[in-house]
Amino acid sequence: MSLTAQEAAVPPVSVAPVLEGRGLTKYFSVKHGRGIFPGTARLFAVDDVTIALAAGTVTALVGESGSGKTTVARMLAKIINPDGGVVLLDGKPVPHGRPRSYARQVQMVFQDPFASLNPIHRISYNLVRPLTIHHLGGPDLNAAIEELLRRVALEPPQQFTRKFPHELSGGQRQRVAIARALSVRPRVLLADEPVSMLDVSIRLGILNLLADLRDRDHLAILYVTHDIASARYLADTIVVMYAGQVVETAPSARLTDHPAHPYTQLLLSAAPDPDRAEPPSLAGSGAPPSLIAPPSGCRFHPRCPHAMAICSTTAPPSVTVGPGHASNCWLHVEESRRVPDNPDVMAAKAGSTSLRPPAAPPPIGTTQMRRTEEDRSME
Amino acid sequence: MSEMSPPARAPRTPTHSTARQADPVLEIRGLTVDYGFGTEAVHAVVDCDLVLRRGQVLGLAGESGSGKSTLSMAAIRLLRSPGVITGGEVLFHPRPVEGESSDPTIDLLRADEAELRRVRWSEISVVFQSALNALNPVITIGAQFDDLLKVHRPHLSSTERWDRGVELLEMVGMTGERLRSYSHELSGGMRQRAMIAMALALEPQVMILDEPTTALDVVTQREILEELMGLRDRLGFAALFITHDLSLLVELADEIVVMYAGRLMERAPAASLFRAPRVPYTYGLLHCFPPMHGERKPMEGIPGSPPDLRALPSGCSFHPRCPWAMERCRKETPVLTRLDASGREAACWLHSGGATVPAELALADPGDRGSSAATRRVAR
Amino acid sequence: MSTNVTTLLTSPEPAPTSRGSRAIRMPRSPKIIAGLVILAVFAVLAIIGPAISPYSPNEINQNWVKITCQQGPGLCIGEIKDGVPGGYVPLEVPLGPSAAHPLGTTLLGQDVWSQLLNSTRPTLVVAFLAGLVATALSILIGVSAGYLGGSADEGLSLLSNVFLAIPGLPLLIVLASYVPGADTSVIVIGLIVALTGWAYGSRVLRAQTLSLRNRDFVEAARVSGEGRLRIILAEVMPNLLPIIASSFLFTTLYAIGAYVSLAFLGLAGTPTSSPPGPWNWGIMLQQVFDNNAVNTGYWWWWLPPGICIALVGTSLALLNFGIDEFINPRLRAVGLTRKAARKAGISFRATLGFTPVMGGRKAPVAPASGSDDGRGGSSR
Repeated sequence: MSLTAQEAAVPPVSVAPVLEGRGLTKYFSVKHGRGIFPGTARLFAVDDVTIALAAGTVTALVGESGSGKTTVARMLAKIINPDGGVVLLDGKPVPHGRPRSYARQVQMVFQDPFASLNPIHRISYNLVRPLTIHHLGGPDLNAAIEELLRRVALEPPQQFTRKFPHELSGGQRQRVAIARALSVRPRVLLADEPVSMLDVSIRLGILNLLADLRDRDHLAILYVTHDIASARYLADTIVVMYAGQVVETAPSARLTDHPAHPYTQLLLSAAPDPDRAEPPSLAGSGAPPSLIAPPSGCRFHPRCPHAMAICSTTAPPSVTVGPGHASNCWLHVEESRRVPDNPDVMAAKAGSTSLRPPAAPPPIGTTQMRRTEEDRSME
Repeated sequence: MSEMSPPARAPRTPTHSTARQADPVLEIRGLTVDYGFGTEAVHAVVDCDLVLRRGQVLGLAGESGSGKSTLSMAAIRLLRSPGVITGGEVLFHPRPVEGESSDPTIDLLRADEAELRRVRWSEISVVFQSALNALNPVITIGAQFDDLLKVHRPHLSSTERWDRGVELLEMVGMTGERLRSYSHELSGGMRQRAMIAMALALEPQVMILDEPTTALDVVTQREILEELMGLRDRLGFAALFITHDLSLLVELADEIVVMYAGRLMERAPAASLFRAPRVPYTYGLLHCFPPMHGERKPMEGIPGSPPDLRALPSGCSFHPRCPWAMERCRKETPVLTRLDASGREAACWLHSGGATVPAELALADPGDRGSSAATRRVAR
Repeated sequence: MSTNVTTLLTSPEPAPTSRGSRAIRMPRSPKIIAGLVILAVFAVLAIIGPAISPYSPNEINQNWVKITCQQGPGLCIGEIKDGVPGGYVPLEVPLGPSAAHPLGTTLLGQDVWSQLLNSTRPTLVVAFLAGLVATALSILIGVSAGYLGGSADEGLSLLSNVFLAIPGLPLLIVLASYVPGADTSVIVIGLIVALTGWAYGSRVLRAQTLSLRNRDFVEAARVSGEGRLRIILAEVMPNLLPIIASSFLFTTLYAIGAYVSLAFLGLAGTPTSSPPGPWNWGIMLQQVFDNNAVNTGYWWWWLPPGICIALVGTSLALLNFGIDEFINPRLRAVGLTRKAARKAGISFRATLGFTPVMGGRKAPVAPASGSDDGRGGSSR
């Protein structure tokens, strides 16, 4: 659990973000243990994550499976209710639940093109429904559908409207899913691993389509992925998640060239890169932690080659290490400022259920508050 | 992926050249596999040849519908109904034992049940993509090892079997006490390691790995592959590594074979394939991986999508997507032909039809700088 | 199948596929056809039965009893007793099949064929009514429980669990004994049987709904702004149709058995009581057993109703298998049936692990001859 709110980690944007999630937290109750009466435990899938999406940009959310990135996307889409934190649309909190007006502004594309289209409905049905629900499309729905199909480069559109999903290839299905999301003219598009289940040779086509949507329609796009290379290709900003928390945020080129957080460095060293001169040496080892009983302090410390004493006791603050580049790591904090938590403070925190309101003031007795204010003044 | 920059890394010639000289352990000749029968049959694999040599890692790359998994499953006759093998032979050459005459070569396609059972797992084993589907969910890992060893090594006592299980798990980087776990209690990476340990239990000569790390995260994938390569160096088995991720194969394999729509498109040593592809499909595929460093510029994938095997284009199956397609490509299907003395093969009319080879497909082979001029001409 | 189209390439119009839309296709599976034929025959009998029955089922035709060479079990009565004029005596033996009575008579001289014809309609009406009502109930409760989740799910699951746990036959007996109208009205009996038969289907549907609810297309519908009821009716239910059909058939099968059992026990009314209950196969069987007809060998009396029950049950089961094949495409033969395999000369094994190989050994190819080999395919 990080000690500070992560507003400082949000890179400066020239306009106010369209969609923002602040301090998002989500836990699930799971059965834990064997035996006749397994106990229930809380699995913190997402812990105090702050992310902002600006119009006309693509923000990539990168992490392994289990890092919580899909849960964050679903919380932003409001199909999962956050247990803590708030979702803001144009700076105003969205009411609880999912009002229909929200569907007009925020849309989502799912990972599995084979499952996101109902196999019993034709393509035209999938595209007409959103138009009908929101009373869009005008008198000629057919023309509206054909226009949508042209927008996602499925030409000639007449060839596709009467088809069923199983008659299309994976890439075509994903384009239909994107067309469905675009039908209501949203301002935000949340893409949850849209190309992971597609063949390699057609991934770039979909990514280029998303880039086109960003440039021509000024959508705010969230691109969730585990593939850093494609995130670098498409996105303007990359947010790296580990074990339910954000660990680093940076403009994409900067992240791959100068990764600041040890986990990002590990990811980059592990990703296949045929251009590498020598085979990589993995900077760290082990597996992602259990989210039911995550490691204390920094969640990455058991695998980190640079772990220090303070890493196991206190979660690191978010530190700005460059323009628009922030990392949650003690390595970037000057030695004198590395103050671990007070035992009293830690006991108090352990007693609470750790569901804090978004902008909770940091506990007294640490230097963290001053730290973030200094950060802000540096930007 | 950068294009046309001179290779900065030393080519992996030492292993590669010795692997090339090694004896073949598994030879697939002219394998043809259909799904279904009669007029409705779908030709999943057409006339494929593969040679796997001892100690070699052969990469088999392709997208969906390429037939790569079908090929490997058919080779050991594990293909499910309605798969039918309609031609070819799969020759397994057992390792010659010192002082004894070696067992004769077996054609797996014509072997009877008893022979297949003998060969399977003890000589050829398989690691599947999803260990959760391959491991029995209701018994512990240890029990599965026990079953395996009981059948194939009946002379071992139960303590010896347990010890062997512990030894195998430690070989793949897990602790022996994991023998008591159920498969759902292990993480994805550990399950896959357990799967590999089971595949190695009988010290096979060939391991077939069908997308073993696709479902895993990048870090675990890297660790497992390093583990695997270490084991290969130690135990000396040959590996057929099937994947859609060509960038992985370049770091892993000695030789790579690219398949498309059921046919082989290109065969080359890994570094050569990567630096100097000869076939438009390989070239396009290599340019589908955005680079990790360098300038960020827009890239095109390969237009279109992999074809439906039930309605293949005429002639060369790739021609609708090929930027260099000629009239001949529409009419006739090219055959895999040898390009030069180095053993590179390509199935493309650009190389065997007297046409001019475009510059992108005529780059210098990394280990072959002397004959670059010759390769640029039509090679036959 | 369409190959692919993007703005960069236009491909020619794809060939029309044999597998078109998912509109209702004529069933081609022999199981479905057989099942439908049998059911159709019984449906026709049910509709026109009472109209074409030559006698009333209750009618005791003592006039028709003749003396000369009756086909009693071994008896040929030749003597006139008691001075009844005209050579007729009341025969207290069931008559075998003859020209006047195609299925013979019962002990009291009632025509078995007429009884059968008059029984078909009530039996089938009860069975299908019970099946329909039970399926409707199981949909209502199962799908709601699955989709709504939370406390609604817990409550509805509790309800169905209670009904599952209560033993069916005793509950049937109790209800049939005490509910007024059970002994005269088919509708009432149908409802009673439905009440004991819905619980199993609801568990199945709940499980299926739970799995569908988490599918991406349901989430996508929610994201689009669809309302809850609309999602259940338009997105979830159509995907449940095969399971619902199967559940309906299964429940109808159960209902026949339950109704026949009830009638056999005398709880569904008798035709001779007042007010009279409907004829059905159960009543026929009850009379058979009351008069010990099985042991004395009057096969034409107990065999017909038994065969009818078995035939209807078989047809329902066949339809169920047919639907299973439709749901699970792996069960379909895709042209690879045993007959076709035998014709082709390959051994067809339905078991896993031994892919059949069609004969014909390909001439071994020198791997790098560079000459054009023959075409790939099965024609070697």
